[in-house]
Amino acid sequence: MPVDSTTEHGNRVHSDGGWDAADRFVPIQTRSGRFTAVDPADFPEVTGRESIWKLTPLPLVTALINDQLDGSTYAFEATDAAGATVEWVSRDDARIGTTGKPEEKASANAWHSFEKALAIKVTSDEHVELTVSRSALGSGARAGHTIIEAKPNSVATVVLQNSGGALLSENVEIIVGDGAHLTVISMQEWDEDAVHLSSHFATVGRDARLKHIVVSLGGKVVRVNPSTHLVEQGADAELFGLYFADAGQHLEQRVYVEHVAANTRSRVNYKGALNGDGAHTVWVGDVLIGKRAAGTDTYEQNRNLVLSEGTRADSIPNLEIETGDILGAGHASATGRFDDEQLFYLQSRGISEREARRLVVLGFLSEIVQKVDAGALRDRLALAIEVELAGVAS
Amino acid sequence: MSTLVINDLRVSVETDQGTKHILKGVDLTIEQGSIHAVMGPNGSGKSTLAYTIAGHPKYHVEGGSITLDGEDVLKMTVDARARAGLFLAMQYPVEIPGVTVTNFLRTAKTAIDGEAPAIRGWSKQVKESMAALRMDSVFAERNVNEGFSGGEKKRHEILQLELLKPKFAVLDETDSGLDVDALKIVSEGVNRAHQATGLGVLLITHYTRILRYIHPDFVHVFVDGRVAEEGGPELADRLENEGYDRFLAPSSVN
Repeated sequence: MPVDSTTEHGNRVHSDGGWDAADRFVPIQTRSGRFTAVDPADFPEVTGRESIWKLTPLPLVTALINDQLDGSTYAFEATDAAGATVEWVSRDDARIGTTGKPEEKASANAWHSFEKALAIKVTSDEHVELTVSRSALGSGARAGHTIIEAKPNSVATVVLQNSGGALLSENVEIIVGDGAHLTVISMQEWDEDAVHLSSHFATVGRDARLKHIVVSLGGKVVRVNPSTHLVEQGADAELFGLYFADAGQHLEQRVYVEHVAANTRSRVNYKGALNGDGAHTVWVGDVLIGKRAAGTDTYEQNRNLVLSEGTRADSIPNLEIETGDILGAGHASATGRFDDEQLFYLQSRGISEREARRLVVLGFLSEIVQKVDAGALRDRLALAIEVELAGVAS
Repeated sequence: MSTLVINDLRVSVETDQGTKHILKGVDLTIEQGSIHAVMGPNGSGKSTLAYTIAGHPKYHVEGGSITLDGEDVLKMTVDARARAGLFLAMQYPVEIPGVTVTNFLRTAKTAIDGEAPAIRGWSKQVKESMAALRMDSVFAERNVNEGFSGGEKKRHEILQLELLKPKFAVLDETDSGLDVDALKIVSEGVNRAHQATGLGVLLITHYTRILRYIHPDFVHVFVDGRVAEEGGPELADRLENEGYDRFLAPSSVN
């Protein structure tokens, strides 16, 4: 076939086809444009090729996507805290659905199935700390729905403590009222065969601050996807994560921050360690700076420390900018092995190799540990990491 | 009285261009309490000697021996060498994110001594040594070498030297990149440790500048992986005046 050398390359139709067709496939380019629905039937069959599922071990979570879920209330324990309440509320509670809607089928399945939502409300303008613990969810597939509402100008730390067995898909709605300062810490210390898919949806009001910390240590498959919408001026979100995947463990987090209003700020920092054959972690960080979000200041980063052979860390930062009038936007991702020079330095001071490795890992993760206010919880977190480290071969 | 003996030491490293033989038979004996300066041009193998003594995995010992009071140092792990009393003050110490100086020093001291130091006495010692090295007390809460200037890193190395109290210290170009004030402070630290604990010092340097503050008993000139000449402090004076030219191979045009 003769080559037409007189036609400019860019003027011809691409050979991969269909770009000029009326029914051409155009992928959704903007994070906020994704399909959402509260009915799982509105989502097509999950094949595992979808971007939101392709890194997740689908066979282990299929029940949560396709099966009927037990949406009944479950046993929980809540610490006493003046200025905070915890109660079951009905599906017609006005707060439900105000922070976001499911973007995938397992989340929609949970939304469709829950009978009552667990509503945590904080009203105190003096700092209160509240821990809600679940440890007896059992092994049947179930759904959950939680609302955390920080009333305007309230100040609180809410800890969601998860342990025991679970096969759970759930949605957590977080409403940070104007001027409120809310810290949410979600601790996943499940049994080793537990499967947990969780979508967090947060809206942050005017001059309000959300500090959101995801700690995933235990569980076979744990996926916590926090979406935060900075909907009013001066809203501020700090999203931190710490994860430690052992052999055969899948720990995933897909973080989304949407800067809707002007002069909003976000920081995302997730750090993970991987140890053992088949340890797999996924971090996806999407930041969208909307058209009205002038003066946005955002930075997201993910760091992974690989401690052995046979692990896999996926790390995918994405940044979309719809206005150029911003203060700053950046992202970073790095995954690396132990730095031999760090180990040499510590060992040259008499410190054993095992202890040197421990120091380096603790040091690596400490940046996130220190985001938890000093006290019993931080101490317990440090201890939990020590337990994870005990499994690292020297 | 301890003795560090280096005998016919031959060391290579792997480079992109293949195996490179750097030390080609080094003999050196250091008695505890004495100060030896190892001088030589760039590339003569001075730093290789330092890191080989400390046990850096990059350096392969092809032959010869290093013994400390008859014990085979080359058979010891890196940390065992430190516990046996060897210390290397590094030219480019690395950052250890998230590990504070306080935590690091206490962990190292505990490892070297085999038991944790008594809290009170230890804190006092750390404070005094830091003050003597003109290190602000906020250093203690900073992460090891993170954001330290070149001079701060060197002071931190000497702080460890004073606190860990080794039998022998190898100082790898501790003088490089220091202004004259920092050089004096660091040198005073080495002299304090030398006087207090009878430390043996192997002072590796390119320049004679530091020898104004730390006075060597012996000077060894390193050229092309061997000791080319040895003598007393007067040899350093001669090097100051003449440089290393007379030790270097004639140029290839001859």
